Amino acid sequence: MSSRISFVKLLTGNRLTVLGLLIISAILAVVLLAPFLPLPNPDATNLSQRLTEPFHPDHFLGTDELGRDILSRLIWGTRVSLAVGIAATFFACLFGTLIGLIAGYFGKWTDNVLMRFIDILMAFPYILLALAIVAALGAGLLNALLAIAVVNVPFFARNVRGGVISIVNREYVEAARVVGSSHLQIIFEELLPNVLSIIVISISTTLGWMILETAGLSFLGLGAQPPQADLGSMLGEGRKVIFTAPHVSAIPGMLIFVLVVALNLIGDGVRDVLDPRLKSGALRRPMPATEVNFAQNKTEKKEVPYEFFMVRSLYTEFHFGKTRLRAVNEVNFELQKGQCLGIIGESGSGKSVTALSLTRLVSTPPGIITGGQVHYEDNDLIHIPFEDLRSIRGNRISYIFQDPLNTLNPLLTVGDQIAETIAEHRGLPDNEIRAEVVALLRQVKIQEPEKRMKFFPHELSGGMRQRIGIAMAIANKPEIVIADEPTTALDVTIQAEILALLKDLQKQVGMSLIFISHDFGVLSQMCDSVIVMYAGQVIEQGLMKEVLAQPAHPYTQKLLSCVPKPGSGQRRLEAIPGLPPAPEQVLPGCYFAERCELCSTECEQAPILLRPIREKQNVRCIKAENPALSGSAV
Amino acid sequence: MLVYILKRSLLLIPVMLGISLVVFVIMALIPGDPALAILGAYATPENIADINQRLGLDKSMPEQYLNWIGNLLNGDFGRSYHLNRPVSDEILERLFPTLLLAGVSLLLCIVFGILIGLFSAIRQYQWPDQILTLFSLIGISTPSFWLGLMLVLFFSVKWQLLPASGMYSIYGDEGWLDLLEHIVMPALTLALVATGVVSRMTRTNMLESLRQDYIRTARAKGIRESKVIYRHALKNALVNIIPVLGLQAGFVLGGAVYIETVFQWPGIGRMLVQAITTRDILLVQGGVVVVAFIYVLINLLTDILQQSIDPRIRL
Repeated sequence: MSSRISFVKLLTGNRLTVLGLLIISAILAVVLLAPFLPLPNPDATNLSQRLTEPFHPDHFLGTDELGRDILSRLIWGTRVSLAVGIAATFFACLFGTLIGLIAGYFGKWTDNVLMRFIDILMAFPYILLALAIVAALGAGLLNALLAIAVVNVPFFARNVRGGVISIVNREYVEAARVVGSSHLQIIFEELLPNVLSIIVISISTTLGWMILETAGLSFLGLGAQPPQADLGSMLGEGRKVIFTAPHVSAIPGMLIFVLVVALNLIGDGVRDVLDPRLKSGALRRPMPATEVNFAQNKTEKKEVPYEFFMVRSLYTEFHFGKTRLRAVNEVNFELQKGQCLGIIGESGSGKSVTALSLTRLVSTPPGIITGGQVHYEDNDLIHIPFEDLRSIRGNRISYIFQDPLNTLNPLLTVGDQIAETIAEHRGLPDNEIRAEVVALLRQVKIQEPEKRMKFFPHELSGGMRQRIGIAMAIANKPEIVIADEPTTALDVTIQAEILALLKDLQKQVGMSLIFISHDFGVLSQMCDSVIVMYAGQVIEQGLMKEVLAQPAHPYTQKLLSCVPKPGSGQRRLEAIPGLPPAPEQVLPGCYFAERCELCSTECEQAPILLRPIREKQNVRCIKAENPALSGSAV
Repeated sequence: MLVYILKRSLLLIPVMLGISLVVFVIMALIPGDPALAILGAYATPENIADINQRLGLDKSMPEQYLNWIGNLLNGDFGRSYHLNRPVSDEILERLFPTLLLAGVSLLLCIVFGILIGLFSAIRQYQWPDQILTLFSLIGISTPSFWLGLMLVLFFSVKWQLLPASGMYSIYGDEGWLDLLEHIVMPALTLALVATGVVSRMTRTNMLESLRQDYIRTARAKGIRESKVIYRHALKNALVNIIPVLGLQAGFVLGGAVYIETVFQWPGIGRMLVQAITTRDILLVQGGVVVVAFIYVLINLLTDILQQSIDPRIRL
């Protein structure tokens, strides 16, 4: 019930859909009330008043070549057109749905036979098949209806079958089978309700089209036969007097147009609401760089001493309508030349968003950077013009992403994708670029680089693809490489290879590395220093070996206890109980309080600040100085 | 690539057999004596006997079908008794005008549809997008036969800018300019609906591919925005747009029936409508089969095109 309410609510939330609904309701009201309206007989001819123009006192929309009242004929004709369109849609939907359900449910040869038949019907140019049917059965409204219904069966059959196939192996269908439900029961009780939204979308997007097509057949003289009239045949008859009395054909045509526009508006609205892909404005295109808007964040720009790479008070939010989720909450850190900095946290801790924010790669919409600075050499990357930022991206600062299949373009060879970034930033002649690509592939230890560079991403293994991702990142000898969980999607053995490769390259190229992971084990092999993030905040930072030896924050301690201890022989895998606070939650005090064993009332009252606890080690916890705590370090 | 084309072409055979079978079955649905239906007003007992024998209508259905297929392969579509000439001659004569009209319309809808959809996607939710989205909606909702009439009314009758009907002027030299004048209105009318569909598909698919991870990768590499859009996003969107273009070829070939009637264009569409009203069954049969085959060939081309840009597609 609630889903139905939200459906109506969503539908009426779309202004254009409401407009369509209003138009259709008005037209429906008029045509349904037609018998009770004071209209002249639509078929009464009056040759003394033929072809009167519109706005005549007796005939508001004028008369046709037989002196019949156009307004009356229009209303009665719309009745016919709507009835035929709806009936054709009904039959197409009925038979299409049945075929789709049966083909999808039984599969195998049933599916094969039915769908090959549907394919053949679809191999005809649509209207032509309808013409052939009308040619065989003879002109007439019922035959036209039948023809239009038949040619639309494949559309419904295919959509419904697609829907059925996606659910036919789900547990509840299996369960129904196990308890011995009959085929009919399963089809109508389990499958049909679940493909209903597909059917509704199909109906709402084709109804207008069906009305247009039946009108078309009538226009050609193959549908409604005189004295019966629908909008199409009125238009067809009016065509004979188009030069002397254009209104006779112009008016019914306009009505068809209004009818179909209104139905299409409703159809679009229904599809937007029911098609999950289009829900909540998901189909919004991201901008080339994250929007920057400091309006609500009045932090003044502080003069900061020069550092190679330094992030100050970075805030990134996601705006969904009025909801604002703070993904990055006042993050500060520096990166030294040639060093490796690790960022660790659970998923949703804001580590990836932080990484993407550095060169404004967070998608807008919904992401907005609402405060902070990212200093790289003499620039603040948050505020430099886009073209300057672009000349740094992939050139001085580059990225390695997690899933190398989705992050590589499937339609370009891997060689082209590496070459592209060289060409963009250095504009070398083609043969030199080619030579560099080969050298890069060799550098990331890909065998037969001349051959492999012509491969497409889907032709390579996951580990190989990630090597390509790395080659792309180091192609312009960047000063900073940001690796966002580069090994998470890979097998353990390949993981180790990739880590070794990255470590090697870091030395060879002399680049700095920001390495993001949820795994302390991986980070401890790679990094000189580390940042621990929780709910968008940095909760601890320091040198890797010190944090490993003396983790100050209770959360860091828990994270470290999740790592199998080398040499101890036993894996002490211990999940941290509880969940991080929901992203929309704004807490006055510590964000970890709810899951923390040391939590007391003062923790939840005021914001907890990041403060030094040792030389080069900061922690966002008021209990951290407790000697019992530091003593209990792993 | 070559292997793909060969394999894909082999698949044409069952499809074409299927098409011919469907047409044959539909024509077998004709109520009453088919010979009478074919001959119409020309039926004399001798004629009926003659046609029954010549078409093998006295034989069993499967035999009739095989016969008909055999004749089709020899280019023998039978004879139009209404026009008193071989169906194949009539179709050949009308093939070029239809292909020309449909081809020009298809070209227009591809070029404008993709441009409009692309521009809409790049300017999403700004005013050009809203205007173009409205245009697409109008495009897919307009009855083309009505639009054609209205264009004739204004451009031919009121302003006398363009000829109202036909392919060439009656006393003209059948030159290119003359043809151009005559084709402008029918081609634009025919293209409008298809343009609406293509631009909507382009917009949706562009927005979809602009959200993909590889676009973020391209931006992280510092690729200029124009390349991100054309080389990365549009190319991926095209993989889904090309099949829609194939479908549009079907709509354009079918829609030609209306447009050729409105503008009295001497093509197959108008021939079909006339043949249906005069119950010239063999002419209808032949016309439908030929146009359906052309459509199948166009779909072969779009499949090959799609495969040539998407290396993941294999048969």
